[in-house]
Amino acid sequence: MIRVFIAGVFTLLVGLLSAPTWAGIIIEVTKGQDTGIPIAVIPFHFQGQQRPNENIRNIVSADLYRSGRFLSLPPGDFLSRPSDPDQVRFKDWRLIKAEALVIGRVSELGNDHYEVSFYLYNVFKEKLLAGYRWTVGSSQLRQVAHQMSDYIYEALTGIPGAFDTRIAYVTVEKDSSNIRQYQLMVADSDGHNAQQILRTNFPILSPAWAPDGKRLAYVSFASRTSGAMIWVQNVETGDRRKLLQEKGTASAPAWSADGRRLALRLSRDGNHDIYILDVAASRLTRLTKHPGIDTEPAWSPNGRYLVFTSDRSGRPHIFRISAAGGPAERLTRAGRENAGASYSPNGKHLVMVTNQGNGDQIGVFYTGNNEVKVLTDGPLDDSPTYSPNGAMIMYATQRGNQGVLAAVSADGRIKQILRLHQGEVREPAWSSWKQ
Amino acid sequence: MRQIFHFSLVLLLSVVLVGCAANKKKGSAEVEDSSVNLQADATSSGLSSDDSGSVQVFTTTDNTLDLEDPLGTRVIYFEFDSNALTPEAQRIVEAHAEYLAGNPGMAVVLEGHADERGTREYNLALGERRANAVADLFQMMGVMSDAVRSISYGEERPVAMEHDESAWSLNRRVEILY
Repeated sequence: MIRVFIAGVFTLLVGLLSAPTWAGIIIEVTKGQDTGIPIAVIPFHFQGQQRPNENIRNIVSADLYRSGRFLSLPPGDFLSRPSDPDQVRFKDWRLIKAEALVIGRVSELGNDHYEVSFYLYNVFKEKLLAGYRWTVGSSQLRQVAHQMSDYIYEALTGIPGAFDTRIAYVTVEKDSSNIRQYQLMVADSDGHNAQQILRTNFPILSPAWAPDGKRLAYVSFASRTSGAMIWVQNVETGDRRKLLQEKGTASAPAWSADGRRLALRLSRDGNHDIYILDVAASRLTRLTKHPGIDTEPAWSPNGRYLVFTSDRSGRPHIFRISAAGGPAERLTRAGRENAGASYSPNGKHLVMVTNQGNGDQIGVFYTGNNEVKVLTDGPLDDSPTYSPNGAMIMYATQRGNQGVLAAVSADGRIKQILRLHQGEVREPAWSSWKQ
Repeated sequence: MRQIFHFSLVLLLSVVLVGCAANKKKGSAEVEDSSVNLQADATSSGLSSDDSGSVQVFTTTDNTLDLEDPLGTRVIYFEFDSNALTPEAQRIVEAHAEYLAGNPGMAVVLEGHADERGTREYNLALGERRANAVADLFQMMGVMSDAVRSISYGEERPVAMEHDESAWSLNRRVEILY
């Protein structure tokens, strides 16, 4: 507990002292839990001439720490440093109260390729839980480390890890002429390997990952008279196209889980309603027809329902409608307003932006008993997005009068701030697992 | 030392911003670049459109600008969560409607905006609602609909950056851009 606190304060100090020059990616754990699985991740044995730039063991340790479910024991406490199964003496690990043990090796194969292997043990049962071996180029070593973290996380918690995933987000900076420049960025979910997908001096909003993880839909503007439009861009090839040829404005794209349909907000006759686009057939079907503002559609994981935001009953609230059409059912009643809802990956609850009198906060809505559990402090929190395993929610917030991303565990016990960029950061979207 | 400098800088900026806010309340001080020049100018439309290559700033001592003339006012403001035109807004919109109805060659873009509270997508729609409220009044007063384009930037292009009601009230607006 003290260690987590000190680590949190340390990263905070590093962040402060480094201002105003950009200090690089910092993830501050602002609220950690004090009961995690004590795990010893032994520094990996390296065989070869040229060490790779990436330290696999450190990336794994950071992943597990960030999940808030592990207490990573410090290497200074280790009584031995095994890297092979036959070197493991479980007594050494029971003595320092480790419950899990990770050992591994990295071998240089030449031609910028490496072999990476690991073993995960349950210390008390003296049992091998997981192991894997990869042969990859040096550019894939970070990804290997995240895949390793996913194996370890799942073996010890029963839930798939979400470390080998990506996030999209929007940054805003003023250029030398004091004009706002927007960037759509894609990075690993720990903030590394950030790449620019789009740069424009028009606002960018609502990035949405296609389920295949290769395309992003987003909202931007073509010109000073165009109004909001949806684009779909392949993040690997850079290929981009406007989604619709419509006179009205379009925004709030949401992919169905099978990637075949896109729900969106369209204002054809000056009215804001939800439409569904069949991507292959290029066929648009109207889902809602109401003079109020209907926007922010989100699919249930089974594709049968959509939730959306509507102010048809006064202030914005969350409604649900069958994907086949029909009447809309109001879901949220409590709070001044509720908006921006999306389903948890297991389809059992919604995360949304809720105003309970304390500004905009992120909350989880339980459809069963209509309860809202507020997870964040607000007052200007927005854009919640679930990790694909449902364990974490990333969202946009303000820190020191600047937009930053933050993450909170689904049960509210773990909180982090992600400092990814020197300008404003907003609009996070968490991808599914890499395919 | 650096902290004291930063603090003073923040203080100075706050004073400057408060000063600017007072001028903006008149409705036209920051938009005067397009009110002086009635031709469609692709590079200027007030503080919000900083996609232009330069931001043109005119001083309020410009004699050709009459701040009491509703046609010289290019921004109207709204109550929270509302797209209803206040009586003051209506007066300004009607003046522009008369001008447009009498000058069929002129075209106008109505840019709707919202304050930062609430989600970005909802605010995008709310801004458009506000622009449409002005467009509807234009149409009622005889302006041809193809002379008017209504768009919205939601909360994306605020003119005031603070997180309080005085800033929010300046951001809940429609800009009338020729």
